[in-house]
Amino acid sequence: MRKPPTLLSLTIDIALLNLSHISDLSFLPDHVLLELFLRTLRAGKLTEKILKLFVATGKDEILSLISELNIQLILTPVLPTINIRDDEVDIVIGALHLDLTSFMEDWRAVFSRFHLIIVQDPDLKGDLKIPGGFSFDVYTKSDIESVVGSSSSSVVFSGYSCRYFGYLVSHKKYIISIDDDCIPAKDDKGELIDAVAQHITNLMTPATPFFFNTLYDPFRKGTDFVRGYPFSLRSGVQCGLSCGLWLNLADYDAPTQALKPGQRNSRFVDAVLTVPARAMLPVSGINIGFDRELVGPAMVPAFRLVKEGKFRWETVEDIWSGMCVKVICDHLGYGVKSGLPYVWRNDRGNAVESLKKEWEGVKLMEEVVPFFQSMRLSQGAVTAEDCVIEMAAAVKERLEPLDPVFARASEAMVEWVKLWKVVTSRLSDSAA
Amino acid sequence: MAPKQVKSFPSVPLKDELDIVIPTIRSLDFLEVWRPFFEPYHLIIVQDGDPTKVIKVPDGFDYDLYNRNDINRILGPKASCISFKDGGCRCFGFLVSKKKYIYTVDDDCFVAKDPNGKDINTVEQHLLNLKTPSTPFFFNTLYDPYREGADFVRGYPFSLREGVPTAVSHGLWLNIPDYDAPTQLVKPLERNTRYVDAVMTIPKGAFYPMCAMNLAFDRELIGPAMYFGLMGDGQPISRYDDMLAGWCSKLICDHLNLGVKTGLPYLWHSKASNPFVNLRKEYKGLFWQEEIIPFFQTLTLPKECDTAAKCYVELAKLIKEKLNHIDPYIFRLADAMITWIDAWEDFNPPAEAVPAVANAKKDAVPPKKSK
Repeated sequence: MRKPPTLLSLTIDIALLNLSHISDLSFLPDHVLLELFLRTLRAGKLTEKILKLFVATGKDEILSLISELNIQLILTPVLPTINIRDDEVDIVIGALHLDLTSFMEDWRAVFSRFHLIIVQDPDLKGDLKIPGGFSFDVYTKSDIESVVGSSSSSVVFSGYSCRYFGYLVSHKKYIISIDDDCIPAKDDKGELIDAVAQHITNLMTPATPFFFNTLYDPFRKGTDFVRGYPFSLRSGVQCGLSCGLWLNLADYDAPTQALKPGQRNSRFVDAVLTVPARAMLPVSGINIGFDRELVGPAMVPAFRLVKEGKFRWETVEDIWSGMCVKVICDHLGYGVKSGLPYVWRNDRGNAVESLKKEWEGVKLMEEVVPFFQSMRLSQGAVTAEDCVIEMAAAVKERLEPLDPVFARASEAMVEWVKLWKVVTSRLSDSAA
Repeated sequence: MAPKQVKSFPSVPLKDELDIVIPTIRSLDFLEVWRPFFEPYHLIIVQDGDPTKVIKVPDGFDYDLYNRNDINRILGPKASCISFKDGGCRCFGFLVSKKKYIYTVDDDCFVAKDPNGKDINTVEQHLLNLKTPSTPFFFNTLYDPYREGADFVRGYPFSLREGVPTAVSHGLWLNIPDYDAPTQLVKPLERNTRYVDAVMTIPKGAFYPMCAMNLAFDRELIGPAMYFGLMGDGQPISRYDDMLAGWCSKLICDHLNLGVKTGLPYLWHSKASNPFVNLRKEYKGLFWQEEIIPFFQTLTLPKECDTAAKCYVELAKLIKEKLNHIDPYIFRLADAMITWIDAWEDFNPPAEAVPAVANAKKDAVPPKKSK
């Protein structure tokens, strides 16, 4: 029989989970401090802030361990932007597979600093397998039903759309979301990319949608606005959405991947850029970050294909919500960035099989894109919620005659805003 | 699926279809470095400044050289629209060329190396950019879908995958970046070391600061809009020649559904001009652009303007009408824009096809040239 953990051990574990809230460790006895330090290292939770916390205790054993292990503070340049605290971020994972062990282990060094919201696809039967050492909440079908109600709602959280439930119940400012078949990629220098840090950087530096900078993101180190860039536009606007990219299996549609079954994306493009105002783009939900306070309600799980499946080739829900967000950002004066970070997307599924099953999405894009390109919101729409309601009405009026899937999308958008208001007010009531 | 994927060209692409236009006031020694890439092409050298100075062209290049005297003689009274003591004089070269494509490059730019250490053939990449379609109506997140190894992403409508013809290819610079004077003063040591391996179409409706240091375009599609204004000597402003052409050409490209690409190729920009001199030259532009750019951003051209030249004439009228309150210079500029189109149509009659190279040489007053 295994020995149960000691009370001390359990206490240290809890301290580790809450380390970001602790401001002083000097009161701890030496042996406890040492154990906490070692577990912090093992959990991959040693950040600059936490290292400074340990160093501040002045305890010899800790300091000599730090120098023996050659742990160094990496000096980062001073960026002229705000800093995001780790506790302002939620990482939302839509679990389409039961065993998340290898996914979480691959991302441990990046994810372990943050709180995770893991939403299990309601169609997925069984219990999720999640390794220890993370701070997370899991939501399953029953949790979803208790919030949304089990009666048929036009908002459906199944498949890839399960992650939207995570967006709904989060109360953090920033959300980062990555598909569960992606792992960290390496950049052109062979170093592992911290996708979460890059999304955070994109979201916390201004966007520049009103004039295109030919050296891309002017707020990146080593670059700036070029000659001819109007000065009045150089402070930029807040960034609402950060769209990352994928190495290996790029996010192509089924026909394209079926035609080029061997094509893999190996080109690392070292740029982030703001997509200009009024330019539409296909937003892939595989690797994104967004400011929940600014655009949360606009990330609508509204567009479900009749035969939507569990492969990205069989969905376009993210394309729809992405274009909603872009129209709304353009209207409210926020920016949308695209480019870094890259994630490595594992090979999965068969494009030809997906194409046989579902090709409606590809056809429907022909109607959807011109609609969004010409969509104009009224002056009265001043919040993301207002904008979604107006868009829902426009969808009903202009797209419903073309295909019933649009009628459902319009209803879902309205329902989503209602849900959002209910859940958000419930959270702020409980916080009060 | 991208219908037209052009991987690369065999040996020398399109040497009878491209002219390289180089404005210079100092020397052309830089051509030695470019020899492997430029030698197959015809050069048009526009010598700015003192016409009595003799600027030597390295042996082995096929070129025509025009100095101020040549410009005055060839254009007569219309020569007033060509800038003096400013890189804007290069547009004279665009005017007299008879080729389909123009590549213009500054004389302080050299061959750069890509991350694999290979020398970058800017002419080849620009031609690739110009020969493959652009996609201005919907942004492709994997950038140019016609590049080898790339394609349109999920969600990109198939009806937009044919693309539109590309009119402009805007290249970039490693080492000394193209900053304005205030930025140069604040960051004198900043160097552009980041090689961004992408070409992309600038979406319709978005404007950008077009730099002529490393620029190529399709003369037949957009030539009339590539007027570089009245800058330099006798003018209140300088260093805005390419900016003006950039605003005009982007507006017209958007109107005519033509594409503008930016990104690769890179070259190596070696000379940082004096920021104090630059500040004096461009400071009026820093204020004026605050008004001029919103003007361009909200402008729509009438449907009847179905060629670049017609668009340009209309644009000159609107500029004269709506922007004259900025400075009396605007009147002169708008008039010069009309003079330019007159001159353009003298040399490029709208009704005729592009004449063969042999005929063109016969018509133009023979300048200095050598083989």
